[in-house]
Amino acid sequence: MLDKQIIESLEAKAKDIRISTIREIAHLGNGHIGGAMSIVEVLTYLYYHEMNIDPSNPKMEGRDRFVCSKGHAGPSVYATLAEKGYFPKDWLMTLNVGGTNLPSHCDMRKTPGIDFTTGSLGQGFSAAVGIALGQKLKGEKSYTYTIIGDGESQEGQIWEAAEFASTQKLGNLIAFTDFNRQQLDGYTADVINMDNIDTRWLGFNWHVQRINGHDYNQIADAIEKAKAVKCRPSMIILDTIKSKGYAPGEGIKANHSMAISPENEEYAISVLNGGAK
Amino acid sequence: MRDISDIKDMRDALMAAIIDLAKAHPEVVFLDSDLSSCINSVPFAKEFPTRFFNCGIAEANMVGVAAGLSSMGFVPYAHSFGCFSSRRAYDQFFLSVNYAGQRVHLIGTDAGVTAQINGGTHMPLEDVGLMRLIPDLIIIDPSDTQSCYDLTLQAFESGHSSYTRLRRKGGTHRYAPGQVKLGKGNVLAEGKDLAIVATDEVIVNEAVKAVDLLKQKGISATLVDIHTVKPLDTELLDKVSKETGHVLVCENARYAGGLGEAVAAHLATTYPAKMDFVCVGERFGEVGKLDYLMKTFNLTAEDIAAKAEALAKR
Repeated sequence: MLDKQIIESLEAKAKDIRISTIREIAHLGNGHIGGAMSIVEVLTYLYYHEMNIDPSNPKMEGRDRFVCSKGHAGPSVYATLAEKGYFPKDWLMTLNVGGTNLPSHCDMRKTPGIDFTTGSLGQGFSAAVGIALGQKLKGEKSYTYTIIGDGESQEGQIWEAAEFASTQKLGNLIAFTDFNRQQLDGYTADVINMDNIDTRWLGFNWHVQRINGHDYNQIADAIEKAKAVKCRPSMIILDTIKSKGYAPGEGIKANHSMAISPENEEYAISVLNGGAK
Repeated sequence: MRDISDIKDMRDALMAAIIDLAKAHPEVVFLDSDLSSCINSVPFAKEFPTRFFNCGIAEANMVGVAAGLSSMGFVPYAHSFGCFSSRRAYDQFFLSVNYAGQRVHLIGTDAGVTAQINGGTHMPLEDVGLMRLIPDLIIIDPSDTQSCYDLTLQAFESGHSSYTRLRRKGGTHRYAPGQVKLGKGNVLAEGKDLAIVATDEVIVNEAVKAVDLLKQKGISATLVDIHTVKPLDTELLDKVSKETGHVLVCENARYAGGLGEAVAAHLATTYPAKMDFVCVGERFGEVGKLDYLMKTFNLTAEDIAAKAEALAKR
């Protein structure tokens, strides 16, 4: 169990990251709010409590690496990196503006702190496997963390990477599935059957856990257990709420990419600040 | 600089270069896709067991893993048959490797019609076109074993990603060590009536024969080996076009996207020539032995000479 103080501090950070994410998308007027908001707890935990990283030296040798394979969640990753000090916060207002360093999908050539370029779903996961393999080959004690989407898990490449990672016994690879049950066209259940996701990963010989993706104690416990498994990669399936913390998007079908009006921006932020819901 | 004239097969020339690089550079790793006996990467696996990865029959993941390894400072070589390296893993090579600024050397064996009895499903005729679409990628189609070896070393030194297409078994010895430079064509014959610009081992061999056939008819042809399809030796192309005014481009690939289009597009902006093309037209590959395929796709010395003669008279 995490100390109450730590949890409170993580919650405060997550709130800042959510507000920044809403602000950056609202500034442009629309964007991938749903899948950005659902992973904020795990991002916060990784960047503020878990990973061996140095924002003043984004390419530090031997660091832990993070690949957001669901690259469209870039806005909340950028908000996290900005909060952490990788680049000035005012960059966030340049999201998707021509010439920006913060493009819609994560780009390692543009954004300090982004460890791999993603956007074509499934590809970041293979890259993360390659990074974990490289860490092992170099004899590093570091870990690779990666997040894939539940919709992204429909890509065949995910399962090619899954079988390769377990064959290579990549115990230093800790992956998360953002299981928010929604994708661009609607509910995953209505597009492609995603039942038995746990047993699919078990079948690929991964160490599998399933937790509430918005609960820091469960995230902390799952990562600790994953690290104890040395010869198998780990999949932690996060039950999450798409658009979590952007109130106008929660519980509705079309929340993958949304227009955000100034009114909804202010309303959502007032809810995060404890105002009327 | 190493003389590899004792090596017979193109694949072994390539692997000799990669093994030599691996000896000197601990960051060199090799990824295969259940085709290690086909390219004969087994000696690499034996010499560097911790730096060889058989990724199984999963080419997209193989190229993605190579991209991840590159971001960790490794220099991966990744192999499949050219049809799968190019078509099946294209988005991964395009995005995870090249767009992401990573450095991976992709190998496609059984270039063009040399896929022979694996047939049309396995015949990479469009790989050149696909790869030409990727910015800053080096594309190598070597015409002999020594150039295959030398260009592999030079592509490594360049710091860029590359795609190399080659036949597996069989090989020609044409060059001495050091004669071939990445991005610079080699003039194999000098003439005044037309320039034959050829790429790929089996095609350059036919073009050499075609030059003799033409000589018998009183036509003197320049022959240029463009072993590096990209970056193109535009300086040499300008020179031969200016000198002869007639350019015939020959390749073991589709017209669409191929070397012919590249040369024509370049010369259109500099020294336009009367042109023709020996290549695979609007067709898919098919099964057969090399001599049958060369004939059915009109890639033989006789085909080259006939087109050259007609072109020279235009």
